[in-house]
Amino acid sequence: MTQIELRGVQKYFGAVQVIKDLNLKIADNEFIVLLGQSGCGKTTTLRAIAGLETIDEGDILIDGKPVQHLKAADRDIAMVFQSFSLYPHMSVYENIAFPLRATRKSKAEIDSEVRSVAKTLQITELLAKKPSALSGGDMQRVAIGRALVRRPKAMLMDEPIGALDAKLREEMRAEIKRLHIKQGSTTIYVTHDQIEAMSLADRIVIMHEGVLQQVGSPDEVYSRPANLFVAQFVGSPVMNVADAAVTETASSASVTVGGAATGFEFPRALLSKLNGHAGGQLALGIRPEGVLVRHEAAEGFVPVETQIVEPLGSFDIVDLKVGTKMLRARTKSGFVGGPGEKVFARIDPTQAHFFDTASGKSLEVRL
Amino acid sequence: MAAVRTSSEIGFNRVAIVAVLLVTIIFLAPIYWIASTAFKPRNLATTIPPTVVFQPEISPFVKLFTKRSQLRSAPTPEEYAAAPWWERVVFDGGEKIVRDGKGQVQWSGYPSRFMNSLIVAITSTVLAVGMGTFTAYGFSRFKVKGEADLLFFILSTRMLPPVVVAIPMFLMYRAVGLNDTHWGLIILYTAFNLSFSVWLMKGFMDEIPKEYEEAALVDGYTRMEAFFKIVLPEAATGIAATAVFCFITAWNEYAFALIMTNRRAQTAPPFIPSQVGSGLPDWTVIAAGTFLFLLPVAIFTFLLRNHLLRGMSFGAIRK
Repeated sequence: MTQIELRGVQKYFGAVQVIKDLNLKIADNEFIVLLGQSGCGKTTTLRAIAGLETIDEGDILIDGKPVQHLKAADRDIAMVFQSFSLYPHMSVYENIAFPLRATRKSKAEIDSEVRSVAKTLQITELLAKKPSALSGGDMQRVAIGRALVRRPKAMLMDEPIGALDAKLREEMRAEIKRLHIKQGSTTIYVTHDQIEAMSLADRIVIMHEGVLQQVGSPDEVYSRPANLFVAQFVGSPVMNVADAAVTETASSASVTVGGAATGFEFPRALLSKLNGHAGGQLALGIRPEGVLVRHEAAEGFVPVETQIVEPLGSFDIVDLKVGTKMLRARTKSGFVGGPGEKVFARIDPTQAHFFDTASGKSLEVRL
Repeated sequence: MAAVRTSSEIGFNRVAIVAVLLVTIIFLAPIYWIASTAFKPRNLATTIPPTVVFQPEISPFVKLFTKRSQLRSAPTPEEYAAAPWWERVVFDGGEKIVRDGKGQVQWSGYPSRFMNSLIVAITSTVLAVGMGTFTAYGFSRFKVKGEADLLFFILSTRMLPPVVVAIPMFLMYRAVGLNDTHWGLIILYTAFNLSFSVWLMKGFMDEIPKEYEEAALVDGYTRMEAFFKIVLPEAATGIAATAVFCFITAWNEYAFALIMTNRRAQTAPPFIPSQVGSGLPDWTVIAAGTFLFLLPVAIFTFLLRNHLLRGMSFGAIRK
C-alpha cells in the first residue's frame, strides 16, 4: 500500500530550472508513466523520488510522510536503470541477493527469496552466470529481479527497455505489464516512447520543459489532449495541426484550413461551443484517422489533391493538399494510387480538436 | 586488407620479426648476465670473453647471506668434514664463515636490507594507492571547488626531478629525526607516488559508471558501503596497475635511499653496490644480490598480469 505525492516540487541545475512546480498524486498499485522528450525533467523527477537528486523546493511524500530529506537507502524504493547497472563483478545470484544483504536477513531467507524471484522471472538457470554473459533481455530481467526481491514500497524504472532492440522491447513491454499485474506495486516508469507509455500506463504524465502538461489515462491523453504539445507528442502518425478560420454558413459551420477555397463542413453547434473564439486565433487539430477520404464527390466532402503516399503495411498515410496546408490522412492500403490524384476529403467533426493558438490550450470542444 | 599477402608484405613481416627479436635480446641480455653471474664460480665471473657455458654454483648466494673472512690457512680435514655443505663451498673459495662466541653463523647485511626494501616499498605502495584511490574517487564523483586547479597542483609536484630537493629534504629529515628510519623513506616514497596514483586512479574511476553506486544506494547501502562493495572491486584493475607502478618506483629508488639512510633503514639498492668497495669485489655475490632483488617486482607483476593487461588497455574496451 504505497501512495506517492509530489507537492510543488522545484529543481534547479545551476540557473536552469528543470522541474517547475510539479504536483502529482500517485495512487497505490498504480502504474504511472512519465512521458516526454529528453531533457523535459522526467528522469530528474524520478531520481528525486528515488533520493538520487535533491530538490530545491516542495515536498515528496511517500504514504503521507515527507521523504525529501531521507537518503536513498532509507526510502525503501527500488529502481531499474536504463543501463541495467548490474554489478559486473557479481554473479546474477549475488546481484539479486545484494539488496537483501543490506537488510539483516538470514542466508536461508535470502536464498529462498532470490530463488522465488528468479522463478517468477524465469531466470533460474542464469543464477550462476556473470552479467557480461547475459543477453540484453536477460540483463533487464535480472535488473527487475534485483528491484523486486526486496518487495519495495515502489518501483521506479528509468527507460528500462530503451537499450534493447525493437523486437525485444515489445516482448519486455508485455512482460513488465504481466509482472505489474501479478505483483501489483506502485510503479513509476520513465520513457520518451509514447507507444510504451500508452501500452503500459494506468495514467500517463506528460512533461515538457519541466512543466507538467497533462495527466490522464492513455485514452484521455490520446483522445482529449489538453494542449497542442500533448496533441502532437502523443500518437503516431502525428496529429495534423493547422491554423483555421471558422465561418457561419446557411445551415452549418465551415472550417477553412490553409486559405483553401472551400471550408470543411462542421455542425452549427461548433459556433456556440467555440464560445466567442471563432473570430480569434484558432488551430484545428485532427488525427490522420479523422480525415476521411473518398474517390467520389459527396455531401460535405471537399476536392483535394494527393501528394506523397506512405504505405505502412496495414494502412497508408496520404498527404492531402488543402489550400497551402498539408493534411495527412489514414487510408486503407492501396486506396490512393499515387501522388497527384484528385480525391474528396472531409473532417470527422467528432474527432476534431480546437486549440487557442496563443496559449496552445485545448478549447475542449466536443461535437 | 587483401586476402593474399604480397611478397613485400611477407618481407616486411620478416624484417619486423627480426627487429622484435633483436630488441628482445637487447632487453633480456643484462638480465641474463646478472642471472648467470649469480650462479658462476668466482673465477669465471669476469673472464674475457664472458663464459656462457659453466657448472652453476650456489656459493654466491651462501656468501651473500653470510659474513665471511679470508682463510689464513686451509681448514684441517676434520674441520672440513664436520662443516655443513654450505660452509664447505665457502672454504673452497678460500674464505670462512664468521661465527660468534656461541658458534652461531653471522648474517651479512643483505637480508635486513632486503627486508627494509620490502617494508618500505609495500607500505608506501599501500599508502599511495589507498590515498590516491580515495582522492580520485572524490574528484571523480563530487563537485570539488577549484577541482582543475587542485588536480593541476597535484600533478605539478611531479614536474621537478625529485633529486633536486634531496639536500633540503636531508636537512629537514635530520631536523625532525626521520633520517635512517623506515617511516622517513615511506613518507618520501608515498609523497612521490601520490600524484601519480591520484591521476591514474581518477582515469579509472571516471570509467566506472556512477549508476553502479546509485543502484547500490537505492538498494539500501550507504555511500561508504557502496564504495567498498561496488566501486573498489570495479576499480581492482586500476588499483593493480597503479600499485605495480608505485611499487616499482619505491623498490628501485636509489638516490634518496643513499642520502637518507645508512644502516638501520637502508634499502637494498644503495647496499648492493656498497659491497663493491670492500676488499676485492666479488661480482658473483653482487650479481646474486641483484638477482634476488629483481624477483619481487617480477613476481608482483606476474601475479597481477591479467589486471595489468586490462589496465593498460583501459578506455579501449567498451564496457
